[in-house]
Amino acid sequence: MSIELKNVTYTYSPGTSYEIHAVRDVSLLIPDGQFIGMIGHTGSGKSTLIQHFNGLIRPTSGTVLYNGEDVWAENYDRKKLRSEVGLVFQYPEHQLFENDVLSDVCFGPMNQGLSRQEAEKEARKALLQVGFKEKNFGKSPFELSGGQKKRAAIAGVLAMNPKILILDEPTAGLDPKGRDDILDQIAQLHKLRGITIILVSHSMEDIAKYVERLIVMNHGQAAFDDTPKKVFLHYKELEKMGLAAPQITYIMHALKENGLDVDENATTVDEARESILKALKGNRSKQAQEEGSSGQKAEQEGRKNG
Amino acid sequence: MGIIKALKLGFDYLKYDDDGNVQETQRAVDDVNLDIQAGEFVAVLGHNGSGKSTLAKHMNALLLPTEGTIWIDGMDTLKEPELWKIRQKAGMVFQNPDNQIIGTVVEEDVGFGPENMGVPTEEIWKRVDDSLNKVGMTAYRHHSPNKLSGGQKQRVAIAGVMAMHPSCIVLDEPTAMLDPNGRKEVIKAVKELNRKENVTVILITHYMEEVVHADRVYVMDSGKVVMTGTPREIFSQVETLKQYRLDVPQVTLLAYELKKAGVEIPDGILTTEELVSALCQ
Repeated sequence: MSIELKNVTYTYSPGTSYEIHAVRDVSLLIPDGQFIGMIGHTGSGKSTLIQHFNGLIRPTSGTVLYNGEDVWAENYDRKKLRSEVGLVFQYPEHQLFENDVLSDVCFGPMNQGLSRQEAEKEARKALLQVGFKEKNFGKSPFELSGGQKKRAAIAGVLAMNPKILILDEPTAGLDPKGRDDILDQIAQLHKLRGITIILVSHSMEDIAKYVERLIVMNHGQAAFDDTPKKVFLHYKELEKMGLAAPQITYIMHALKENGLDVDENATTVDEARESILKALKGNRSKQAQEEGSSGQKAEQEGRKNG
Repeated sequence: MGIIKALKLGFDYLKYDDDGNVQETQRAVDDVNLDIQAGEFVAVLGHNGSGKSTLAKHMNALLLPTEGTIWIDGMDTLKEPELWKIRQKAGMVFQNPDNQIIGTVVEEDVGFGPENMGVPTEEIWKRVDDSLNKVGMTAYRHHSPNKLSGGQKQRVAIAGVMAMHPSCIVLDEPTAMLDPNGRKEVIKAVKELNRKENVTVILITHYMEEVVHADRVYVMDSGKVVMTGTPREIFSQVETLKQYRLDVPQVTLLAYELKKAGVEIPDGILTTEELVSALCQ
């Protein structure tokens, strides 16, 4: 179930004075089952790029392959592509339109040809999997809180049983607990359903905690594409791109500069704690050794003098 | 009396049935007392639905109390016949930059507020120059707001509020939709307004790092103010904050975890520098 982009370029308003190259010559392979993060400053081309993944926009040049087939070939079934590659946009409130949540989530699967009953089965499963409470299934989408709306929107895409789920900043505006809940559930989905996740985020801390591969977009190009740890080592370059590393990265570098022998690769609080504890222990045993050896010296001196 | 003072403030959202009868009431702000002094930098934390935004909307009379009283610079929002006087005192900046910019050119957008207030033209231009300068957006004055980044748009929105010469500015999650750089730009602009212009700032946010430099923090839960104190006092209580669905800055959490593991470290570490000096003496 791979997606492959080959030399994809996308230009807005080509041939006019408003011409903008939003994506420039990007080649990427998204294999099965990865949990991928994508970062980049506003206007770096992230949103334009992800719309190529399910054929919402057609590249100005280059090819998009899904399972090896060109999605822009004649007679290609792009409707099917869009139900296999689900996209949750940044503003979930724009994506909800039915009278009640359950009907809203049923819309996708019914569109795929399921009966209302079958669709409801999928919808219930999806809603429960994103942590949406059953007692709220009958509520109007407009009565929901921000976190509930996001869950409903994610469930709406999930109910279509996508193989790949793309989320454009699913946690913007959520409180810390709501943010952790949703991301934990997405990670859970990744495990349970084995689907590929592409998470677009402005939060480096979330990226560091969840993803296994990180793509950094800058000026329409993939500037980095590696594990988060390796990418965050380039934090100075990230800053030049209007980005940053997780707070922990800065802390670890500062500690190291000040003489504590910690692992600068740590990007999460847990890793940092382990590394600092180890370094402190190392310091202590070094001190003890020094004290020990100076003690011995003193003893020897004492003997000599004696 | 402080610039914003609230006494037993309460607010109910009402839900009506088809005949216009009240079907349901929901208490969004409950028995809130505030006393914010001129020139203070105050942060308000709380989970989604805790009542922060409802409270904020009372600060410029977008909502009026169901119970109790709120005074803005001494004006009771329920009794003041001219609400625009209050709105001029307390300007608001919202979360989504795209919803609050109306001009087709940056300088026009910033001039909209004072023009609406009937400020003479020459004075408007002076204020536009001045406000754009304060948020570092002078270079973009002839640009179209559409082409700006999120952080730049928010700074234009802040300049628009500043041009009305408010004594306080209420920002409701101004950085929620911005990338790291945009967030930095906006917070820097807000801090400078507070420090240099002595504008009272009320900042509502979910980013704990933005709260570290506030003079005082209020934490809300179920419409009530449940904690108040300096950032250090608040962030020392990691477990209590977690109960309220909140968080602490990562550096604070790390220090807290290290302390739990037996490292000698003071409570409520707020910055990387503090942690470094605690660990590397």
